[in-house]
Amino acid sequence: MTTWLAAIALFGLAGALGGTMAPARWRVIVVSAGTGAAAISALVVSIDVLHTGRVVSIATSRLLPFTGVQLHLDPMGALFVAITAAVAVAVSVYIVGYSNHHPMTRSSACAFPIFVTSMLLIPAAWSVTTFLFGWELMAVASLVLVLTDHRRSPDVRSAAIWYAVLTQIGAASIAFALVLLAAKTGGQGFSVMAQHSAAVSPWLRGTVFMLALTGFASKAGVVPLHVWLPKAHAEAPSAVSALMSAAMVNLGIYGIVRVGDTLLGGGPAWWWIAVIVLGVASAIYGSIHAATSTDLKRLLAYSTADNIGLVMIAVGTSGLLTATGHPAYAALALFAGMFHLVNHAVFKGTLFLSAGSVQYATGTRDLDQLGGLFLRMPIASTIFAFGTVAITALPPLCGFVSEWLLLQSLLHGLSSSVTVSVVLMPLCVAALALTGGLTAAAFVKAFGVGFLGIARSLAAADAHEPPRMMNVGAGLLASLCVLFGVVPVVMVGLLNSAVREVQSGAGSTVGSRGEALAIANTRGVFDPTFIALALVTSMLVVLGARQFVSRRHAVRRAPVWGCGRELQTPRMTYTATSFAEPLQRVFDDVLQPSQDLDVSHRGESRYFVESVRFGTRGGDAFERLLYQPVFALVRAVANKARLLQNGSVHRYLAYGLGALVVVLVFAR
Amino acid sequence: MTGITVWPVGVVVAQVTLFVLGAPFLVGLMRTVRCRLEGRTGPPVRQTWRDLRKLLGKQRTQPEKSSVFFAMAPVVLVATTLVVVAFAPLLSIDTVFSGGSDLFAIVFLLLLGSVSLALAALDTGTAFGGMGSSRLMAIVALAEPALLVAILALAAPVHSSSLPIIVAGSLHHPMWLATPQRILAFGAFVIVILAESGRLPVDNPATHLELTMIHEALMLEYSGPDLAFVVLGESLRLLVLLALLSNLFVPWGIATSLTGLSFVVAVVSLAAKVALLATLVAAGEVMVAKLRLFRVPELLAGAFVLSVLAVLSSLVIA
Repeated sequence: MTTWLAAIALFGLAGALGGTMAPARWRVIVVSAGTGAAAISALVVSIDVLHTGRVVSIATSRLLPFTGVQLHLDPMGALFVAITAAVAVAVSVYIVGYSNHHPMTRSSACAFPIFVTSMLLIPAAWSVTTFLFGWELMAVASLVLVLTDHRRSPDVRSAAIWYAVLTQIGAASIAFALVLLAAKTGGQGFSVMAQHSAAVSPWLRGTVFMLALTGFASKAGVVPLHVWLPKAHAEAPSAVSALMSAAMVNLGIYGIVRVGDTLLGGGPAWWWIAVIVLGVASAIYGSIHAATSTDLKRLLAYSTADNIGLVMIAVGTSGLLTATGHPAYAALALFAGMFHLVNHAVFKGTLFLSAGSVQYATGTRDLDQLGGLFLRMPIASTIFAFGTVAITALPPLCGFVSEWLLLQSLLHGLSSSVTVSVVLMPLCVAALALTGGLTAAAFVKAFGVGFLGIARSLAAADAHEPPRMMNVGAGLLASLCVLFGVVPVVMVGLLNSAVREVQSGAGSTVGSRGEALAIANTRGVFDPTFIALALVTSMLVVLGARQFVSRRHAVRRAPVWGCGRELQTPRMTYTATSFAEPLQRVFDDVLQPSQDLDVSHRGESRYFVESVRFGTRGGDAFERLLYQPVFALVRAVANKARLLQNGSVHRYLAYGLGALVVVLVFAR
Repeated sequence: MTGITVWPVGVVVAQVTLFVLGAPFLVGLMRTVRCRLEGRTGPPVRQTWRDLRKLLGKQRTQPEKSSVFFAMAPVVLVATTLVVVAFAPLLSIDTVFSGGSDLFAIVFLLLLGSVSLALAALDTGTAFGGMGSSRLMAIVALAEPALLVAILALAAPVHSSSLPIIVAGSLHHPMWLATPQRILAFGAFVIVILAESGRLPVDNPATHLELTMIHEALMLEYSGPDLAFVVLGESLRLLVLLALLSNLFVPWGIATSLTGLSFVVAVVSLAAKVALLATLVAAGEVMVAKLRLFRVPELLAGAFVLSVLAVLSSLVIA
């Protein structure tokens, strides 16, 4: 299996080099083949590791100077590799169709395979330098890809800057945490660090965890470090958004689990309470924004913050239950969280890829301009519909199963009878339920307004089915939504293997009894396969009954009721903005939209109104209330710092002398 | 799914038949109660069935620019409710199909029906459809937390969200029924059920005024057999919710073994309990006015607070 692990890097490198050098006509084929091959080898090695539980490792001192490269793929890492690989296979197929109208540039052809390969190798990195090398490579490559369309609009450039700054703050924070721990444990290999971390003082361990949590949370898009997410995901090409949202943000969760559980060996309750609180905040905040967004890709990006928040809740609950001595329930929570992560990757990948198809077909991602796409691009719309049902946690698709498991883990967390969890668990359930309801509203809006009804613009009226390869790529992930929802037992063994790696001694948490999921030590049995079968049977019976009663008449197509008007124009229908208005009103305090009402009066009398303009902008409140003040502060400090630099060479020489004296005095 | 014996299948068939036949009568009963309290005679209880029969004989119509989502929503609405009816322990807790009778699963199954109706309303491409859909989803989004936390309060004492286990738990411990958490959870459930089934004070089922309606706006474009299915689905849903409410909080009478006598007792007692609940709801509807739409979130927030208190009190007492 080591060959396959090495093959990931080689195929990726070949894709990047070949893509850079190949003529424009062949570029996308070479990139797709290289990336696809890397992803398939990753899929092979990760499924093998999950299946057999045997670790695959490579160590070489030839690649990075001084430290070498250490790769070591254990089942927990393999789960993340498998998720990324599955998404990457679908995206590799998708980009072939996408490049029909948007030819791949040389820089993206180089960055794309590197981005995917670095994501595939990060979970296998087993030393601080290897990890940070992969992490930075991923950050830089993804930044190049976000900038793909930088000529199109200044928004792309601004999004890239936000992304670069937040990802670098995160990377600095992670580097600091890992270096600190490596220094105290006397080695930069993860095995050494894990062995000696228990001897480190609790304060230092806490500091390391909090720094790592900050860094990984910024990658995962957790509130309040999420601001780059809606910008970068919206402005990047959809294939890149799909990879970022379905694969890259997962690595933030990976980092938290890896540092918290493997390197530090678990920690006190307060670490995990912090994780839960961050999770609750981003779940609720993300879902409120998703429910009120009108830009399709922003909506999806906010929903990523929401789902990652749910996974954080599960990871935090798992850590909390370990800290309070309930390893079996802790394993259940981690299982639920990981299953949700898998499902999120699958349905969010589907949704981003089909949002890309919409943008390809209509040139816009503004829901207020769309409508009626289902009749014009039925295949792409059906794929989006599958994603919608899955993300809304409706039976019989995959979101339903992991949502049920999340609820079960919180229910059992409740019975751990520790005061903290007793107070936290109901709030987590409430957060889960509120996000569930808001997600339903958000996606009824996304699908109902965007794909059903009548077209609201010429672009939507002229929409056409995207190239076949785009539908195939998105359809691959949509079929996984169905598979994991109808037959979730296929995932049980693999997930148990990953969870056992972290929660050793927990045994298998979720067993399979026939096709039903059974939770160890409890009486909960849940049979998604049975529910799916029952649902399909019941629908067939009801459909048959309706066909039977109306067998004598054909269906009549009739105009809709227009209150006596003859004409029904798109301006009379509900838009995404008006659909979200009730929720917008309810969550006014959270959203803080800026509204302006502009009334101009006639010259002769102010009782006669000439025109009224009403505008509302729903920016991100965190951007305005948290980041703008910080920017202002930095700018003020920078302005003051300019006093130090006036361009005079004498002054700089004096600084140099001063610095030298200080060094000589203190360094000795 | 192995080892299906004849009797449990019989229970499933009996539940489905009785509920489908009974649901329109429930709506008729509630209408009659309202009429009598308002001093009117009103139509007979079986009028809903007559209306359904008339509608079923008509031609199906579909808006010009609508798609399969409009056509399938009535089917999905009825089908999801039928799955709940078939496998929830409504008449007997002795069910082989426990894999399908989880309380959380039931919530998501019913949500599937609501979502399909909301999508169908948007599919018509009219202002009314969008209005109903938007309002329905806002209410669903806000009712969900109260509902799931209230379920948590009921599931916590038995460590399971499986409906037969919860009902069996309250049968074995009659003292649980009067505990604070049960009473608080009951309050939360009642509010959520009223909101989800579009009753007063959230929505007025008797109104046809465009600007105030939610459910009527959703099904405005349906006519003929499709309308019959939507009406049947909605009344079935109300019946299931009331039956679940009475089984969760006053479970006596439900069959614990599959003998003929206990089954008859179960049917009669459930019918009596549901009729009582329906009468109370209808009587309550005469007394209250519809809330303004933007006051509904406050009502649902109240339900949420009740359910959180229910969970907390259940843990404090335990």
